[in-house]
Amino acid sequence: MSSTVIDIENLSKLYRLGQVSSKTLTHDFNRWFAKVRGKEDPYAKIGTENDRSVKTSDEYVWALQDVCFNVQQGDVLGIIGSNGAGKSTLLKLLSRVTSPSKGNIKVKGRIASLLEVGTGFHPELTGKENVFLNGAILGMTKNEIKRKFDEIVDFAGVAKYIETPVKRYSSGMYVRLAFAVAAYLESEILILDEVLAVGDAEFQKKCMGKMGDVAHNEGRTVLFVSHNLFAVSEICNKGLLMVNGRVSHSGPIAQTIDKYLKGGTSHSEIYLIKNKGIDWIGIPNRDNLTNCKPNDEISIDVSLFVKNLNMSGVFIDFNVFNENNENVVHSRSNWIGFTFDTKSNTPINLTYKIIAPQLAAGKYFLSVNIYQGNDVLLYVTNIEAFNINANNYFGSSIFLDGVNAITVPPFTISRNN
Amino acid sequence: MNTSAASVETDKWDVVISPKSKVINFNFAELWKYRDLLMMFVRKDIVTVYKQTILGPIWFVVQPIMTTMIYYFIFGRVAKLGTDNVPAILFYLGSNTLWLYFSETLNTTSKTFADNASIFGKVYFPRLLLPLSKVISGMIKLFIQLILFVLVLLYYIFVRHSVMPNQFIFLFPFLLVLMAALSFALGTIITSMTTKYRDMTFLVTFGVQLLMYATPVIYPVSKFKEYQTLIWLNPLTSIFETFKYGFYGKGSFSWGWLGYTVLFTVTTTIVGMVVFNNVEKKFIDTV
Repeated sequence: MSSTVIDIENLSKLYRLGQVSSKTLTHDFNRWFAKVRGKEDPYAKIGTENDRSVKTSDEYVWALQDVCFNVQQGDVLGIIGSNGAGKSTLLKLLSRVTSPSKGNIKVKGRIASLLEVGTGFHPELTGKENVFLNGAILGMTKNEIKRKFDEIVDFAGVAKYIETPVKRYSSGMYVRLAFAVAAYLESEILILDEVLAVGDAEFQKKCMGKMGDVAHNEGRTVLFVSHNLFAVSEICNKGLLMVNGRVSHSGPIAQTIDKYLKGGTSHSEIYLIKNKGIDWIGIPNRDNLTNCKPNDEISIDVSLFVKNLNMSGVFIDFNVFNENNENVVHSRSNWIGFTFDTKSNTPINLTYKIIAPQLAAGKYFLSVNIYQGNDVLLYVTNIEAFNINANNYFGSSIFLDGVNAITVPPFTISRNN
Repeated sequence: MNTSAASVETDKWDVVISPKSKVINFNFAELWKYRDLLMMFVRKDIVTVYKQTILGPIWFVVQPIMTTMIYYFIFGRVAKLGTDNVPAILFYLGSNTLWLYFSETLNTTSKTFADNASIFGKVYFPRLLLPLSKVISGMIKLFIQLILFVLVLLYYIFVRHSVMPNQFIFLFPFLLVLMAALSFALGTIITSMTTKYRDMTFLVTFGVQLLMYATPVIYPVSKFKEYQTLIWLNPLTSIFETFKYGFYGKGSFSWGWLGYTVLFTVTTTIVGMVVFNNVEKKFIDTV
């Protein structure tokens, strides 16, 4: 039998934009005056929804607005959403770092929150001293830490360095120790914010294992914020999707992740990760690609512009991703012996043709990687490329949804100019 | 049946987080629960100062020795402010040791929010622990420094026969408590006022320096006949004068002014805790 351990009602948080100045003092005075007269905060009424990309004249913004949900005991809740959706604000309110503007949170049991690894670590203190200090900051008593000390050191794998000041640690060792302390917290509710992105692959695996342990075997309630959807889907059983400070969806984790990925904002931006002299222009024939058939040949025109680069023997990689951000098609130009030369101030038009792609219905995204030797010249990803529509029963016979396998269908790449 | 049982159970929340806060809401039980953390902070303050040094805690006594020597030459020899016939070295060492405690505690507690914003922004614990830890770690440093003072005092009592403590020496623990409370109270008021508007921070640094000259640290109260009342209005005056009277057997003492200091300290401590309490919940948004 499960019972509600966290109950959140109409939770809202108002933030002021811009800088603290004499104007703030005026606002403070007005606010105080309203309070004296028993009126509502005059600035709470005018706050706008939190959409960071849209410029507003408003000085106040709702980082969280009317958030309501509850968490049952033993739930592992994954909180997802794009940057600035209010996830961290929510965790801050839950961990009592700041207090809400409206609404309330009711909690049953001890909360341990881990918004950062190694909070309060002092570089001059030894590993051992820091374990005790950090443990106490996170709410453990000295005896609890003493009891678990050996386990913590063992988990972190830094036994050799435990009497050395942490300023001499490698950054990896530092976070290992810090995470280990948190992993052994004895609390009914654990709050985690993106802290798994630490350490090497082996340690990350260990952390994931520990998290799963905490959640499934010890029956503790966990709230987990991460952009690593794989980790979220692995650990969590429930999900909460935040959009612009509001709860947009809550339910089983798979369903929530699905909503997040299909949401309008998540795939609208092209991510330019690297650019060394070649600009990404776009896909000129994009309009013709919105209605492809599952087994049709897909021909994507790619337009680039070389700003300042004279090189020969340049290679190009095309990767196709589905809506779940799984790489489904992989094509490298070296496989078919295609290279090209770049000359400054010239456009380059290429055509990438996937012959018999064998893809399920859905939206597909392109990631382009141009390089010479080991030098990456352009890396751009999340480009909306084509849609495959299957409007009859036979057309939708290929189900690749949820399959991670990368296929390498035959392809051609040609240069048109 | 089940639903009613469940609703009764769900009413027992351990923590309720809501925007409204009571003006007076001292959670001493919570402070007690976190006593291990308090001790950990104290330990950190003390230990980190002399990490990677050879002399270790001995460095704590270097500061009062140096300032005493400087004061001895500048205020004793050059300015000839007088010391009520107390040997100058002893006079400056005693009041300097006390003053260092007061000023350092005030300086560090008045920066509580600004200096610890990164920790406060990430984890909850009773915020009052940090200024409290500064008060306690300062006290430990003071005890180390007092060892030096006592040695010098014994020398002047038994070798030079130039000073004689009286029964008021037993007020000393009480004086320490007063001074700790006063520096803590002023520090928390200042740090609470500077979270949003930083203007005050500029005043604090030189304000503390000015305060030293308004306190009988480098001179005895008897030196200034005309401004007596003005000097006694400074709540620190009676602390320093009682200290000197008890340890040196010379100087001035007044129960009335000591009572005034007690009243002043109690009031500021309450004000300090109320202000701190109201700021600590939301300061992280503005600091």
